[in-house]
Amino acid sequence: MKTPPIALDRAARYGLLAGALIACLPHGLHLPVSLNLLAALLLLAAFSQIHQDQAAPSRWLLLLLVGSCCALILFEFRTLFGRDAGVATLVLFMSLKLLEMRSARDGFVVITLGYFLLLTHYFYSQTLLTGLWLIGALWLLTACMIRLQSPRSTAITLLFRQAGRLGLQALPLMLLLYLLFPRVDGPLWGLPQDAHAGRTGLSDTLRMGHISQLVQSGDIAFRVRFDDPPPPRQQLYWRGPVLERFDGETWHPASGDDPPPRIEVLSPALRYESTLEAHGKRWLLALDAPGALPANSRLDGRMTVLAKDNLDQRQRWTFASHLDYRLNSIEMPHIRQRNQQLPPRGNPRSRALAVDWRQSEKSDQAFVDRVLRHFAEQPFYYTLQPPLLGADAIDDFLFDRRRGFCEHYAASFVFLMRAAGIPARIVGGYQGGELNPLDNYWVIRQSDAHAWSEVWLSDRGWVRVDPTAAVAPSRIEHGIVDALPTGEALPAIIQLRGDWARNLRHRWEALNNAWNQHVLGYDLAKQRRLLAQLGWPEADWRQLSALLAGLGGLVVLGLTLWALYQRPSGDPASRLWQQALRQLARRNVHLAPGETPNTFAHRVAQAHPDLAPRLNRVVDHYLQVRYGDLAQALPALRQAVAELARWSSR
Amino acid sequence: MSMSTQQPFQAVLNACNEILLGKPQETRLASACLLAGGHLLIEDLPGMGKTTLAHSLARLLGLEFARIQFTSDLLPADIIGVSIFEREHSAFRFIPGPIFSQLLLADEINRASPKTQSALLEAMEEGQVTADGQTRRLPHPFFVIATQNPSHQIGTFPLPESQLDRFLMRIELGYPDRQAERALLAGHVTRSSTGRTLPLLNAEQLPALQAAVQRVHVSAALIDYLQALLEATRQHPDFRHGLSPRAGLGLLAAARAWAWLDGRDRVLPDDVQAVLPAVACHRLRSNRDGQAAHPEEIAQLLRQVAIP
Repeated sequence: MKTPPIALDRAARYGLLAGALIACLPHGLHLPVSLNLLAALLLLAAFSQIHQDQAAPSRWLLLLLVGSCCALILFEFRTLFGRDAGVATLVLFMSLKLLEMRSARDGFVVITLGYFLLLTHYFYSQTLLTGLWLIGALWLLTACMIRLQSPRSTAITLLFRQAGRLGLQALPLMLLLYLLFPRVDGPLWGLPQDAHAGRTGLSDTLRMGHISQLVQSGDIAFRVRFDDPPPPRQQLYWRGPVLERFDGETWHPASGDDPPPRIEVLSPALRYESTLEAHGKRWLLALDAPGALPANSRLDGRMTVLAKDNLDQRQRWTFASHLDYRLNSIEMPHIRQRNQQLPPRGNPRSRALAVDWRQSEKSDQAFVDRVLRHFAEQPFYYTLQPPLLGADAIDDFLFDRRRGFCEHYAASFVFLMRAAGIPARIVGGYQGGELNPLDNYWVIRQSDAHAWSEVWLSDRGWVRVDPTAAVAPSRIEHGIVDALPTGEALPAIIQLRGDWARNLRHRWEALNNAWNQHVLGYDLAKQRRLLAQLGWPEADWRQLSALLAGLGGLVVLGLTLWALYQRPSGDPASRLWQQALRQLARRNVHLAPGETPNTFAHRVAQAHPDLAPRLNRVVDHYLQVRYGDLAQALPALRQAVAELARWSSR
Repeated sequence: MSMSTQQPFQAVLNACNEILLGKPQETRLASACLLAGGHLLIEDLPGMGKTTLAHSLARLLGLEFARIQFTSDLLPADIIGVSIFEREHSAFRFIPGPIFSQLLLADEINRASPKTQSALLEAMEEGQVTADGQTRRLPHPFFVIATQNPSHQIGTFPLPESQLDRFLMRIELGYPDRQAERALLAGHVTRSSTGRTLPLLNAEQLPALQAAVQRVHVSAALIDYLQALLEATRQHPDFRHGLSPRAGLGLLAAARAWAWLDGRDRVLPDDVQAVLPAVACHRLRSNRDGQAAHPEEIAQLLRQVAIP
């Protein structure tokens, strides 16, 4: 006779559906709409199939569905491989599998797929929130697996407790692997090639209106911890790309490299550590002016610190900067010339104004002051929502609209300088930041993105001039929230004004930072440090692998021996039963060899009628758990045994 | 769960007990055997009520019934059927024998020659018969209740062990107790009253009940116990050889049926203990006399195997 496969009951199928849904859900954030829709439809069909107890669709229909899923993935990604297409394939096939759940075996396939799918989420996000979500999903899937293994345990709380216990039991092994698994000098999760698209961050060109878009993101750009007392906020200029070439519309960095800058240091070094989020570019956003440089980085001719490679994952860098400095007081003629250049045509009013003012002022410095005074005294507004500017954007801005954001001020300032023959350039980067009092990290967001200018004055070299400070001093002193009029479209997260909300945000961000620093930031160097502290300074990956294999083998061996040793009395019900028998033995009541619990209870009831009700309760619950696999009766058994013990020790 | 499905069968048991007085344990075992889908061997002296039990079970369960009295000159064709040449059609026509019924009572099976015995026993195992090179399926369900006289009686061919293994259970009826015998003698019941018994179930209901029996839960702990028992028969010095895996499967099926008859949805060690003698005795050979194991030996075995 052929044994039929173990059928899946409805509750188990609902559980699997829920597990699959939770395992897939975060992928909905980045999958194309069409695939999201298809997956949702398939899951809905699976739900209605379970709900109405329908049979699985025919093989041909399933084949057709598989075909169309593949076709859609090919259409969207042009391939079936790679990160995005691979994940889409997994999600769709998991949804399809839910449509043909006939036996427990299908259930196990869904669970295995689900476990695998959980891992793929780390390709996209490694935040604390993702981690928590995945722990929840793991928990649910494991509970489903336990349910499939023992179809008669139906109490949901019990399933989850058991799954939780399994998870906790795996924890030591996980920690061991986390701490000792040989690290490569790179990120925890190597990403496929298509992973670095669509990052937010500074761009290496500047057009009016560009930064104000970036500022509307509350994402964190980097975090900084000062080793020395932090400088005042208005000195925190984090330097990014320097833009020297203007084509009439857009500012670009100059092509080619210049000789290294000559920096005269006028103040002691300020040391700090910066944890940069991935931004896909090479600049490291150091404070002006960087002193000693970390390894794998260099200073370009415009004093921007660049990494060897693009920052494609979060990285930690240590810098020492000197806030008081003099840069290139003797400038090379071709660089001066480059920074005086303007397009041949355009913005005639601004040019005329610059020439006019320069002639009436005695020095370059006086001219700079005059322009800044102009910004401060005339009705210029600082706003994130500047009006559209015409073809002669700088003229339009300076004379008509007079409403703009930092890039408008920086660009028009530099334009005026160059028109007057003074070398000037735009510097992009971030300004300011916010101290999180909980972990003493400064948080610099995309909303702190900024553009300022540098002018070259004889004897003084390149001098930073921030025209935005003239228009809206509070931008530099207090940050963008205070500088902008209320009602501007800033991200909600940085606008929180209430104390409790701000406090909550600080807590959350400190937690995330701790996660980044300690969990995700546990790299080769930190591992080496830990091993050195454990008295093993020279460990390399071979020794580590050997150690791990050894430890793992010992753990497995120990667990096996323990399981073998525990086997006869490993079952909790059986332990409780033995306990009850020991209690009865104290009253000189003994179980005969080969006597079943029922026969025993029957015999005892005749000799000791007073014992009968208590013993019967124990026997009933014991038989339920032991031979009925009704784990939910275990607490009742425990109680009955305790009662019997109380009674017999009286 | 099975409480509700078990109830109609309770009526069958009650009715059966009214016909065969004073043998509730034996009727219950016989019922469990049929519910587990196994064939039953009833062994006892003539006149103890073997035929009555078989006949009344068949009637009560609403099964199509046939009876063969086995004799030393019985031929396989007498059981299976013969092909007859029909002149008007110029073709052979198969006339099915008594084996084509749902419940076959093979009375005094050990009086027939081994050749005839094995014809029946092949059919029991395969659920089909082959005659004139053509295979014909037997009806479903298909049970055989065989009776046999104790083999030391004159003129018997004892069934070989391999054939005995085909019967899920062997039971003995034994003498009735005083009270039951008195009722019989006083004429309160007659054994011929089976003829008037009305069916309480029909042939369609029985497979459903058998399916319900198969759903009775068996825990890992119970399987541990079964294995310990099987192991014990194989290690035991009193037996020539132990129980086969087929016997183990049969034991499990019988225990399931026993639990179901008790209205439970899970098998307990008590169920295994209750059916073990009926399942094991005829399959084991005692080292002392080479005869089938005695129930007392099985009881002793049960006292030696701890219940996990």
